[in-house]
Amino acid sequence: MADTTSKPYANNSDIPNITAGDQVIATVDLGFTWVVRILTFIAAVIIFAMVVVIGEKAMPSIQQFGLGFIFSQEWDVPGDIFGALPYIYGTLVSSIIALILALPVAISVAIVTTEDFLPEWVRSPIAFIVELLAAIPSVAIGLWGIFVLIPFLQPIGTWLHGNFGWFPLFGTEPFGPGMLPAGAILAIMIVPTIASISRDVLLSTPQDLRSASMALGATRWETIIGVLFPAAVSGILGATLLGLGRALGETMAVTMVIGNSPQVSLSLLDLASTIPAVLANEFAEAQDGLHISSLMYLALLLFAVTLLVNVAAVFLVRFLGSKGQD
Amino acid sequence: MESMPSGFHNTSLHLTNEQIAAKICTPLKPIRSYSSIALTVLSFVLAGIAILPLFSLLWTILSKGIPLLSWESFTSLPAPVGQEGVANGFANAIVGTLTMVFMATLISVPVGICTAIYIAEFTPTTAASSISSIVRFTMQVLSGVPSIVVGVFAYAVIVLTFKGFSAIAGSIALTIVMLPIISLTTEGALKLVPISLRLASSGLGASRFQTIARIVLPTALPSITTGILLAISRAAGETAPLIFTALFSQNWAQGLDKPTPSLSVMIYNYSSSPFIEQNKLSWAACVVLVVLVLVSSVLSRLATQRRIKLR
Repeated sequence: MADTTSKPYANNSDIPNITAGDQVIATVDLGFTWVVRILTFIAAVIIFAMVVVIGEKAMPSIQQFGLGFIFSQEWDVPGDIFGALPYIYGTLVSSIIALILALPVAISVAIVTTEDFLPEWVRSPIAFIVELLAAIPSVAIGLWGIFVLIPFLQPIGTWLHGNFGWFPLFGTEPFGPGMLPAGAILAIMIVPTIASISRDVLLSTPQDLRSASMALGATRWETIIGVLFPAAVSGILGATLLGLGRALGETMAVTMVIGNSPQVSLSLLDLASTIPAVLANEFAEAQDGLHISSLMYLALLLFAVTLLVNVAAVFLVRFLGSKGQD
Repeated sequence: MESMPSGFHNTSLHLTNEQIAAKICTPLKPIRSYSSIALTVLSFVLAGIAILPLFSLLWTILSKGIPLLSWESFTSLPAPVGQEGVANGFANAIVGTLTMVFMATLISVPVGICTAIYIAEFTPTTAASSISSIVRFTMQVLSGVPSIVVGVFAYAVIVLTFKGFSAIAGSIALTIVMLPIISLTTEGALKLVPISLRLASSGLGASRFQTIARIVLPTALPSITTGILLAISRAAGETAPLIFTALFSQNWAQGLDKPTPSLSVMIYNYSSSPFIEQNKLSWAACVVLVVLVLVSSVLSRLATQRRIKLR
C-alpha cells in the first residue's frame, strides 16, 4: 500500500481518481431523493387515509340510519338510536354567533393596526398581542370561560330574558353555560385568525390606492370602505372562512361552557351541544359498536364540512395571492 | 330674468382670492366628518375589546394559579381526594405531556422537513411542480382539520386496533397536528433562501443532497426552528386529540402502550370536578401549561426577526 502512494504514476490507472467519491455521493443522493419522496407521500396521504378510515368505521351507522341521521333528534345510547340534528344545530349556531361577534372586532383590529391612526411602535404590539391569544391552549380559555366569562354573561342573559323574553332568541332563563357563552368564547378564539390574515391582506393593498382615493377628496373612512374593502374582499372572505373552520372544529373551550345538552332550542340562553363536544364527552366511554360508529359518522360530517370550508378558504387566499403577483 | 344667468356668470369669473379660498376650503359636510369620527371611535373600541380577553385571561390564570404552585406540584402525584396534608402535584401529567410531545416531535420534524424539501426543492418547473402544489395543498388542508377529528383518526387506527388507550396513540395524533405547521413554515423558509446559493453550490460540484443538507437547510435554520417551536407549543396545549387516545391516569404512566396523563387533559378533567382541591390543581396546571406554551411561542418569534405566516 505504502508502495503505490510513494511511487510516481506509472500509467493512467495509477492516477488517483478524483471522482472516486462519485459512486458514494450518487448513492447517497439517490437514497436521499427517495427518502424525501416516500416521507412526502406518507404526509400527503394522511388526509385521504383519514377520510377512508373514519368513513369505514362510520359505515355501520351510515347503513343503519342513512341520511336520516342528520335530521333525527334522538340520541339514545342504551336504545341504540342515534340522530345528529341537535349536535349539527349547536355546531352551526354557535359558529354563526361567533362569526357575527368576531368579524367586526377582527376587522377593526386589522384596520387599526394597518392604517396610520397610530404610530408604528403602537400598532405592531397590538397586532402581536392579538395574535398571542391564538397561542393560548383552548383548555385554558375554557377554564377562563367557566370561571370568568360565564359569571360575566349571566347578568346580561338575565337582563335580556327579563326585557326581551317575548323574543324567541331570549326565551329561556339563562342557566350559566349555554349557547351564548359558547358563541362568545368561540368569537374570542377566532378573532386572532381573522384579524391577522385580514391585516396581511390590507397591508398588501397598494399604497397608491389610498393616495389616489384621498387625492380625489375621500375621507379616510371613505377610502377604507369604498376602496380598500373592495380590493381586499376575497382575502377577508378567506380569512373569515378560516375562522369559521376553526370555530366549527373547536372542541375544548366549547365543551366546557356550552352545557352539553343535546337539544334544538331557538333560545341563545339555553343549553346546547356541538359535534366536537359530544365526541370529546362520549368517545372515551363508548363501548358499543353502533355507538362508536355513530360517533365516527358525526366526526365524518364535521370533517366534511370543515374540509369544504377550508378548501374554499385556501382557494380564496390563493386567488388573492395570484392577483397580488400581477 | 335674462340678465340673471349672465350676471351669475360674471361674478363667478371675478372671484377675489378670499372667495376662491373660501370655496376650496369648504369644510366637509358634517355628515362626512362626523361619520368619519364615529367610525374611528367605533373601530378603536372594538379593537380594545379584542385585547381585553387576553389580559383578563392572563390575569385570572396567573393570579389564581401562582399561589397554588409549590415544589410539590412538580414532584408528586395528585393527592387522593379528601386527604389533607398529602403532597399534591401533577408531575405525572408534566412527564406525560413532555413524553408525548417529544415522540411527536421526533416523527413530525423529519417528515415535515422532507415534505417541505420536496415542495420547495424538487420542483424543476415541469410536471413535478403540479405534484408539489398538490402536496402543499394537502398540507394546508391538513392544517385546517379540527384536532378532534385527528383524535378520532388516531382512535380508529391505534386504539381500536390495539384495544387500548396509549401514549403512542396520543403521540400519533399530535404528530398529525404538528406536521402541517412544520412543513408549511419550513417550506416558507426554504423559499426565502436565495437561488444563487444553490447555483453556487451546484457550480462547485455539490450534489443535490450536499446542496440541501449543507447550504440550504443551514441557511434556513432559524426559520425552521421557529416552525418547530410553534408546532411544539401548539401540540403541548392540545387537549382534543389526547382526550380519547392517551386518556388520563391518576398515576405515573405504566408504559408507552398504557393510558398516559397529560397537563391539558388533566386541566379539563379537574375543571369540572366537584372537589375544590381538584379545581385548584387544574388552575396550577394551567399556569404551567400557559407559561410553557407562551414561552415557546415567544421564543419562536425571537428565533427569527421575520414573521413567518402560518395560515
